[in-house]
Amino acid sequence: MPKDGIGASVKRKEDYRFITGQGAYTDDIDRPGQSYAVFVRSPHAHARIASVNTAAATAMPGVVKILTGADYAADGLGGLPCGWQVTGKDGPMVEPAHPPLVADCVRHVGDQVAVVIANSAAEARDAAEAVVVDYQPLPATASIETAMAAGAPQVHDEAPGNLCYDWEIGDKADVDAVFAGAHHVTRIELVNNRLVPNAIEPRAAIAEYDRATREYTLYTTSQNPHVIRLLMGAFVLQLPEHRLRVVAPDVGGGFGSKIFHYAEEAVLTWAAAKVARPIKWTAERSESFVTDAHGRDHVTIAELALDVDGKFLGLKVDTKANMGAYLSTFAPCVPTYLYATLLAGQYTTPKIWCGVQAVFTHTVPVDAYRGAGRPEATFVIERIVETAAREMGLDPAELRRRNFVPSDAFPYQTPVALVYDSGDYEGTLAAALAAADYDGFAARQAEAEARGKLRGIGLSAYIEACGIAPSAVAGSLGARAGLYECGEVRVHPTGSVTFFTGAHSHGQGHETTFAQIIAERLGVDIDAVEVVHGDTAKIPFGMGTYGSRSLAVGGSALSRALDKIETKAKRIAAHLMEASETDIEFSDGQFTVAGTDKSVGFGDVALTAYVPHNYPIEELEPGLDETAFYDPANFTFPAGCHVCEVEVDPETGRVEIVNFAASDDFGNVINPMIVEGQVHGGIVQGVGQALLEGCVYGEDGQLATGSYMDYTMPRADDVPSFAVSTRTTPCPHNPLGVKGCGEAGAIAAPAAVMNAVHHALGSRGVSRIDMPATPVRVWRALNAA
Amino acid sequence: MAKHHISTTINGEPVEFLCNTEQTMLDVLRDELHLTGTKEGCATGDCGACSITVDGRLVCACLMLGVEAEGHAVETIEGMADGDKLHPLQQKFLEYAALQCGICTPGFLIASKALLEHNPDPTEEEARYWLAGNLCRCTGYDKIIRAVLDTAADMRGAS
Repeated sequence: MPKDGIGASVKRKEDYRFITGQGAYTDDIDRPGQSYAVFVRSPHAHARIASVNTAAATAMPGVVKILTGADYAADGLGGLPCGWQVTGKDGPMVEPAHPPLVADCVRHVGDQVAVVIANSAAEARDAAEAVVVDYQPLPATASIETAMAAGAPQVHDEAPGNLCYDWEIGDKADVDAVFAGAHHVTRIELVNNRLVPNAIEPRAAIAEYDRATREYTLYTTSQNPHVIRLLMGAFVLQLPEHRLRVVAPDVGGGFGSKIFHYAEEAVLTWAAAKVARPIKWTAERSESFVTDAHGRDHVTIAELALDVDGKFLGLKVDTKANMGAYLSTFAPCVPTYLYATLLAGQYTTPKIWCGVQAVFTHTVPVDAYRGAGRPEATFVIERIVETAAREMGLDPAELRRRNFVPSDAFPYQTPVALVYDSGDYEGTLAAALAAADYDGFAARQAEAEARGKLRGIGLSAYIEACGIAPSAVAGSLGARAGLYECGEVRVHPTGSVTFFTGAHSHGQGHETTFAQIIAERLGVDIDAVEVVHGDTAKIPFGMGTYGSRSLAVGGSALSRALDKIETKAKRIAAHLMEASETDIEFSDGQFTVAGTDKSVGFGDVALTAYVPHNYPIEELEPGLDETAFYDPANFTFPAGCHVCEVEVDPETGRVEIVNFAASDDFGNVINPMIVEGQVHGGIVQGVGQALLEGCVYGEDGQLATGSYMDYTMPRADDVPSFAVSTRTTPCPHNPLGVKGCGEAGAIAAPAAVMNAVHHALGSRGVSRIDMPATPVRVWRALNAA
Repeated sequence: MAKHHISTTINGEPVEFLCNTEQTMLDVLRDELHLTGTKEGCATGDCGACSITVDGRLVCACLMLGVEAEGHAVETIEGMADGDKLHPLQQKFLEYAALQCGICTPGFLIASKALLEHNPDPTEEEARYWLAGNLCRCTGYDKIIRAVLDTAADMRGAS
């Protein structure tokens, strides 16, 4: 095995440019002659636009052009499309128009009304302030509760009661029958708090139009440039793919929020042809808060039925999900197919019903955010299991063990559609408990109590469905796209390799991980491998990076392309060594004839492919360049257990995480160092949700948490170091045996933290505290109990 | 209004530039001098992505006007390595993979360098407090803190 192959903690190839300040993010790029765009955005949550007067603004210094919603409508172009249609009990979801520039009615603070293009960003900002929009404010609704109340302000006329869809999975009567005979029923109500993704790089875009070639180019902060090209080209601007190039260069974090096709991308591309100059736009942070799709925002009631031994008999879950003002690209599938289908968790619960009502409100659209549906499912399951254990006087670890899907039960069909492929839930639980010194908790709790502190420990045994997704399955559930991945392996004449991937790295380390796989397979030095991503002009196609899919789907496409390379290279090697193809073996970069000492190196085969003098030219094309599309056979199911221990100061309500341990099963691991970092980052996003982050709208639809002074991001002094490890059950249905690791931390951590907080506060009579468990909330709960 | 002519030192080199009164040092670095290693994450001094040092003092370039650079010595990420020789912090960030998307990394490196110049032997708690002015959404801070503490130990051993 080469030293930089599969399983090695190879230093990341991309890091040199980042640590020396040479990363090239969208805002770092300047195009010759570029102009600057600033958007005029609604300050109201809901208002009719009576008029837009741009006369004064147009006369201001440096202004190139101002375009409004009326201009956009006049060009007869499309609205922003939704990529997933959920069909509810009463038919397909309500899918209101989502104009990139609004002409008649704004529906959330931040909705874009006009774009000002000027010679400098400062001039564009000044002129944007001079655009006079006559708004007639209308009543607004921001929360799920108020939006569903009788007589609530309507977000869209075509969605009575603000209902987008009313969807269910499972047979409710069947589940109700199980509850009737239960020994014990645990009931919880919970809120999965709304979050603002807050990638540290604000969204940005540069659009340009080349009159000579009639080609458009869009640089954008995207996790999936081909998806943007497809959505924007085919559905919004009606531009053919061959004249539309989308480049997503270095991207500074995504977490889901950069999956979606946003209005600014379409407006800039549309406007670029009108001004015949490149146009650049970079969001200000306050703009990010009111335009990046938010995450979570569920209100849920759940009930778990158990028998006398603590075996789970049935689970009923009733969830209301906030969609925001419009349907963002993948929003409808998040609280349905990415949520309710995960409600079996790691358990053998035989009967499950889940109903989901999705609701429009006058808020920023809500869509996938790290984990997307799966953190919400894990939070429901792991909070109710922990609560049931406490109610029944059982050790929460023991109650989980009694209900785990056993290791010999795979493939395991859950009652909510998914077939789990592999796992060892007892193994990850045991490893996490050992790392957390679970058995020593009582002594630590007593010691803390002596100091006047309340100590608690909480578990979260999560599962996620990753490797999104088998296209036919996704299509049958309403996806309007395939969810395969594409990769092209180009072996150059001297044996170096460029890999073009449709996945996109915005922190995941693909340039290293994919290179390790190639180094391992072809026996080439890792420095002889270059990974290219993020440019539709270079890469055949791609669906991008989200849902922990890059390695499970994109890596599988790479593996398939390498199979083709190896097959062809063997034929060339056989010719060179005058042997039968079936006798050729390949390892460590050498082709050998089995049972002989004849061999030829990979580099010689590559050169022969491009200099085919001695070559089977009648049977084989020259060149060594292969493309593969891989469509997964199933989802992958990473799973594991996270254990959090907290100490609460009853005087201040402050929660301190004193220990956090995790054991995760991600299938085979290519680069353990990268995987560890992914888990750390995910945990802190989960800790942020549990203790710090909460997006707050006023009843009038004004965002109260619109800056870093109001929205509490986790910082270095808020979190500890983590004890993380992996255990492996390989994925049985993809060539690398990998499952995905990007979202696990964000999925597992909120329940682990909140179970620990509830455990700590339980002795003081506190039974419910919602996320984020801020000091003021904890203090109030302690003093009200 | 006429632009201001500013004479300053950036990464050890004398530099002159013209700027408007309202341009921040961050705007000047990125837009006038094309030193784009210093990033804008918030422009309100809350995220630390634009961390630079001025006469050795750690500041947010977004909170400083370009004209204030007159006569001072500015250090940015572009000056951190000595030619091809990485600063020990850069080397350690590389070895630990103490970065993911990289957007906050220049700010963390500059802030960490300022920490170690201020306190060559920080405790973990001191390092976490010092770096609490820098936001990272990817790493969970764990590897950053370990890289900084390990660099501090190495640099103490070497001196």
